[in-house]
Amino acid sequence: MGTLTIGCFSSFIGSMNLDFAFKLASAAADKGHKVNIWFSGNATTVTKKGQKHLKDYSHGETPLRELIEKGVEVCTCEACNLARGIQKPDAVEGVQWNAMQWYLAKIYGSDRVLHIGGE
Amino acid sequence: MADVKLAFIVQRPPYKSENPKLAITHAIAYQVVEILLEEGETVTPTLCFVGDGVLACIKDQKAMDNYGITSTETHLKNALLVDLNVLVCKEDLERFGISEERIIDAEEMGAEVKIQAVPFAEIQKTMESANHVLFF
Repeated sequence: MGTLTIGCFSSFIGSMNLDFAFKLASAAADKGHKVNIWFSGNATTVTKKGQKHLKDYSHGETPLRELIEKGVEVCTCEACNLARGIQKPDAVEGVQWNAMQWYLAKIYGSDRVLHIGGE
Repeated sequence: MADVKLAFIVQRPPYKSENPKLAITHAIAYQVVEILLEEGETVTPTLCFVGDGVLACIKDQKAMDNYGITSTETHLKNALLVDLNVLVCKEDLERFGISEERIIDAEEMGAEVKIQAVPFAEIQKTMESANHVLFF
Protein backbone atom coordinates (compact mmCIF):
# COMPACT_ATOMS: atom_id res chain seq x y z
CA MET A 1 0.00 0.00 0.00
CA GLY A 2 1.15 3.52 -0.71
CA THR A 3 1.17 6.87 0.97
CA LEU A 4 -0.76 9.80 -0.52
CA THR A 5 -0.42 13.36 0.71
CA ILE A 6 -2.95 15.95 -0.40
CA GLY A 7 -2.15 19.64 0.05
CA CYS A 8 -5.28 21.79 -0.01
CA PHE A 9 -4.91 25.53 -0.58
CA SER A 10 -8.13 26.54 -2.29
CA SER A 11 -11.27 27.89 -0.67
CA PHE A 12 -13.71 25.53 0.93
CA ILE A 13 -16.92 27.33 0.03
CA GLY A 14 -16.55 28.73 -3.48
CA SER A 15 -14.85 25.84 -5.20
CA MET A 16 -15.44 22.10 -5.30
CA ASN A 17 -11.76 21.31 -4.89
CA LEU A 18 -12.00 20.23 -1.27
CA ASP A 19 -15.11 18.15 -1.95
CA PHE A 20 -13.02 16.29 -4.54
CA ALA A 21 -10.04 15.99 -2.18
CA PHE A 22 -12.22 14.48 0.55
CA LYS A 23 -13.73 11.92 -1.82
CA LEU A 24 -10.32 10.95 -3.15
CA ALA A 25 -8.88 10.69 0.36
CA SER A 26 -11.79 8.53 1.47
CA ALA A 27 -11.45 6.19 -1.52
CA ALA A 28 -7.70 5.86 -1.01
CA ALA A 29 -8.13 5.17 2.72
CA ASP A 30 -10.80 2.54 1.96
CA LYS A 31 -8.29 0.77 -0.29
CA GLY A 32 -5.83 0.67 2.58
CA HIS A 33 -3.52 3.49 1.57
CA LYS A 34 -2.07 5.87 4.12
CA VAL A 35 -3.47 9.36 3.48
CA ASN A 36 -2.33 12.74 4.83
CA ILE A 37 -4.15 16.02 4.25
CA TRP A 38 -2.65 19.47 4.75
CA PHE A 39 -4.76 22.65 4.82
CA SER A 40 -3.23 26.04 4.17
CA GLY A 41 -4.49 29.48 3.09
CA ASN A 42 -8.23 29.72 2.51
CA ALA A 43 -8.62 25.95 2.78
CA THR A 44 -8.13 26.18 6.54
CA THR A 45 -11.69 27.48 7.00
CA VAL A 46 -12.91 23.92 6.44
CA THR A 47 -11.59 23.00 9.88
CA LYS A 48 -14.17 25.20 11.64
CA LYS A 49 -16.73 23.13 13.48
CA GLY A 50 -20.43 23.89 13.66
CA GLN A 51 -20.91 24.10 9.89
CA LYS A 52 -24.55 24.08 8.86
CA HIS A 53 -25.17 21.65 6.01
CA LEU A 54 -27.14 23.80 3.60
CA LYS A 55 -27.84 21.91 0.40
CA ASP A 56 -26.65 24.77 -1.83
CA TYR A 57 -23.18 24.75 -0.27
CA SER A 58 -20.34 22.33 0.18
CA HIS A 59 -20.20 20.74 3.62
CA GLY A 60 -16.82 19.82 5.03
CA GLU A 61 -17.25 19.01 8.68
CA THR A 62 -18.92 15.62 8.35
CA PRO A 63 -16.54 14.24 5.69
CA LEU A 64 -13.59 15.61 7.66
CA ARG A 65 -14.72 13.81 10.81
CA GLU A 66 -15.24 10.61 8.81
CA LEU A 67 -11.75 10.83 7.33
CA ILE A 68 -10.18 11.30 10.76
CA GLU A 69 -12.22 8.33 11.99
CA LYS A 70 -10.74 6.27 9.14
CA GLY A 71 -7.24 7.13 10.24
CA VAL A 72 -6.49 9.85 7.71
CA GLU A 73 -4.01 12.28 9.23
CA VAL A 74 -5.29 15.84 8.90
CA CYS A 75 -3.29 18.94 9.75
CA THR A 76 -4.00 22.63 9.35
CA CYS A 77 -1.72 25.66 9.23
CA GLU A 78 -2.00 27.29 12.63
CA ALA A 79 -1.13 30.80 11.42
CA CYS A 80 -3.61 30.57 8.53
CA ASN A 81 -6.37 29.53 10.94
CA LEU A 82 -5.61 32.23 13.50
CA ALA A 83 -5.48 34.89 10.76
CA ARG A 84 -9.01 33.82 9.82
CA GLY A 85 -10.28 34.04 13.38
CA ILE A 86 -10.42 30.30 13.97
CA GLN A 87 -9.01 29.35 17.35
CA LYS A 88 -8.13 25.77 18.26
CA PRO A 89 -11.30 25.22 20.38
CA ASP A 90 -13.34 26.28 17.31
CA ALA A 91 -11.84 23.55 15.14
CA VAL A 92 -12.96 20.00 14.43
CA GLU A 93 -11.44 17.68 17.02
CA GLY A 94 -8.69 15.43 15.72
CA VAL A 95 -7.32 17.99 13.27
CA GLN A 96 -3.66 18.63 14.07
CA TRP A 97 -2.35 22.21 14.21
CA ASN A 98 1.15 22.74 12.92
CA ALA A 99 3.22 24.70 10.39
CA MET A 100 4.52 24.23 6.85
CA GLN A 101 7.25 21.79 7.83
CA TRP A 102 4.53 19.23 8.64
CA TYR A 103 3.51 19.27 4.97
CA LEU A 104 7.09 18.99 3.72
CA ALA A 105 7.79 16.10 6.09
CA LYS A 106 4.68 14.24 4.91
CA ILE A 107 5.67 14.88 1.29
CA TYR A 108 9.06 13.39 2.07
CA GLY A 109 7.47 10.07 2.99
CA SER A 110 4.85 10.01 0.23
CA ASP A 111 4.61 7.93 -2.90
CA ARG A 112 2.25 10.47 -4.47
CA VAL A 113 1.49 14.11 -3.72
CA LEU A 114 -1.60 15.90 -4.93
CA HIS A 115 -1.15 19.61 -4.42
CA ILE A 116 -4.34 21.59 -4.95
CA GLY A 117 -3.28 25.23 -5.23
CA GLY A 118 -5.39 28.19 -4.27
CA GLU A 119 -7.41 30.37 -6.59
CA MET B 1 19.22 8.59 3.81
CA ALA B 2 17.77 10.45 0.88
CA ASP B 3 17.03 13.84 -0.50
CA VAL B 4 13.60 14.65 -1.88
CA LYS B 5 13.56 17.41 -4.50
CA LEU B 6 10.51 19.66 -4.68
CA ALA B 7 9.69 22.19 -7.41
CA PHE B 8 7.48 25.04 -6.22
CA ILE B 9 5.98 26.63 -9.33
CA VAL B 10 4.43 30.04 -8.76
CA GLN B 11 2.18 31.14 -11.58
CA ARG B 12 -0.21 33.57 -9.85
CA PRO B 13 0.46 37.28 -9.33
CA PRO B 14 1.24 38.55 -5.83
CA TYR B 15 -1.40 40.33 -3.70
CA LYS B 16 -4.26 39.33 -6.00
CA SER B 17 -3.75 35.84 -4.61
CA GLU B 18 -2.08 34.45 -1.50
CA ASN B 19 -0.32 31.79 -3.56
CA PRO B 20 3.11 33.39 -4.06
CA LYS B 21 3.46 34.09 -0.35
CA LEU B 22 2.38 30.58 0.58
CA ALA B 23 4.76 29.07 -1.95
CA ILE B 24 7.69 31.04 -0.52
CA THR B 25 6.88 30.32 3.12
CA HIS B 26 6.35 26.62 2.44
CA ALA B 27 9.64 26.45 0.53
CA ILE B 28 11.49 28.23 3.36
CA ALA B 29 10.16 25.60 5.78
CA TYR B 30 12.77 23.22 4.34
CA GLN B 31 15.09 24.82 6.89
CA VAL B 32 13.21 23.30 9.82
CA VAL B 33 11.68 20.15 8.33
CA GLU B 34 14.61 18.09 9.56
CA ILE B 35 13.16 18.14 13.08
CA LEU B 36 10.38 15.90 11.71
CA LEU B 37 12.65 13.64 9.62
CA GLU B 38 15.22 10.98 10.38
CA GLU B 39 18.98 11.60 10.35
CA GLY B 40 20.22 12.16 6.80
CA GLU B 41 16.79 12.78 5.31
CA THR B 42 16.50 16.13 3.57
CA VAL B 43 14.12 18.13 1.43
CA THR B 44 15.52 20.44 -1.26
CA PRO B 45 13.07 22.92 -2.74
CA THR B 46 13.52 25.05 -5.84
CA LEU B 47 11.24 28.04 -6.12
CA CYS B 48 10.31 28.93 -9.71
CA PHE B 49 8.33 31.95 -10.87
CA VAL B 50 6.56 31.73 -14.23
CA GLY B 51 3.75 33.57 -16.02
CA ASP B 52 2.11 36.26 -13.88
CA GLY B 53 4.09 34.86 -10.96
CA VAL B 54 7.22 36.73 -12.14
CA LEU B 55 5.59 39.94 -10.88
CA ALA B 56 6.37 38.73 -7.35
CA CYS B 57 10.07 39.22 -8.07
CA ILE B 58 10.01 42.99 -8.66
CA LYS B 59 11.88 45.02 -6.06
CA ASP B 60 10.64 48.03 -4.04
CA GLN B 61 7.23 46.61 -3.18
CA LYS B 62 5.17 48.82 -0.84
CA ALA B 63 2.90 46.22 0.72
CA MET B 64 3.57 47.37 4.27
CA ASP B 65 2.84 51.01 3.36
CA ASN B 66 -0.29 50.26 1.40
CA TYR B 67 -1.78 47.19 3.03
CA GLY B 68 0.03 46.83 6.35
CA ILE B 69 1.32 43.38 5.45
CA THR B 70 4.74 41.88 4.90
CA SER B 71 5.64 42.17 1.23
CA THR B 72 6.34 39.26 -1.04
CA GLU B 73 9.69 40.99 -1.51
CA THR B 74 10.50 40.50 2.18
CA HIS B 75 9.51 36.83 1.96
CA LEU B 76 11.72 36.40 -1.09
CA LYS B 77 14.65 38.08 0.65
CA ASN B 78 14.20 35.66 3.54
CA ALA B 79 14.25 32.82 1.02
CA LEU B 80 17.55 34.08 -0.40
CA LEU B 81 18.98 34.44 3.09
CA VAL B 82 18.42 30.72 3.69
CA ASP B 83 20.11 29.88 0.36
CA LEU B 84 16.97 28.76 -1.41
CA ASN B 85 17.39 28.18 -5.11
CA VAL B 86 15.07 30.74 -6.78
CA LEU B 87 14.50 30.83 -10.54
CA VAL B 88 12.45 33.28 -12.56
CA CYS B 89 11.42 32.71 -16.16
CA LYS B 90 13.41 34.93 -18.52
CA GLU B 91 10.82 34.82 -21.31
CA ASP B 92 8.02 35.88 -18.97
CA LEU B 93 10.13 38.74 -17.61
CA GLU B 94 10.65 39.90 -21.19
CA ARG B 95 6.93 39.58 -21.90
CA PHE B 96 6.23 42.01 -19.05
CA GLY B 97 9.14 44.28 -20.01
CA ILE B 98 10.85 43.69 -16.67
CA SER B 99 14.61 44.09 -16.82
CA GLU B 100 16.81 41.91 -14.62
CA GLU B 101 17.96 45.03 -12.73
CA ARG B 102 14.45 45.27 -11.29
CA ILE B 103 14.63 41.82 -9.73
CA ILE B 104 14.83 41.54 -5.95
CA ASP B 105 18.12 40.68 -4.31
CA ALA B 106 19.14 40.46 -0.67
CA GLU B 107 22.79 41.36 -1.00
CA GLU B 108 22.49 44.21 1.52
CA MET B 109 21.25 41.65 4.06
CA GLY B 110 24.20 39.36 3.40
CA ALA B 111 22.56 36.80 1.16
CA GLU B 112 25.00 34.75 -0.86
CA VAL B 113 22.53 33.62 -3.52
CA LYS B 114 20.51 35.59 -6.03
CA ILE B 115 17.32 35.04 -7.97
CA GLN B 116 18.40 33.59 -11.31
CA ALA B 117 16.61 34.63 -14.51
CA VAL B 118 16.67 31.48 -16.64
CA PRO B 119 15.01 30.27 -19.84
CA PHE B 120 11.80 28.33 -19.31
CA ALA B 121 13.62 25.23 -20.55
CA GLU B 122 15.67 25.27 -17.35
CA ILE B 123 12.53 25.52 -15.21
CA GLN B 124 11.15 22.60 -17.19
CA LYS B 125 14.28 20.60 -16.35
CA THR B 126 13.83 21.48 -12.68
CA MET B 127 10.28 20.15 -12.78
CA GLU B 128 11.37 16.98 -14.56
CA SER B 129 14.10 16.27 -12.02
CA ALA B 130 11.89 16.97 -9.00
CA ASN B 131 10.28 14.18 -7.01
CA HIS B 132 7.15 16.30 -6.63
CA VAL B 133 5.93 19.45 -8.39
CA LEU B 134 3.71 21.85 -6.44
CA PHE B 135 1.77 24.48 -8.42
CA PHE B 136 0.82 27.68 -6.66
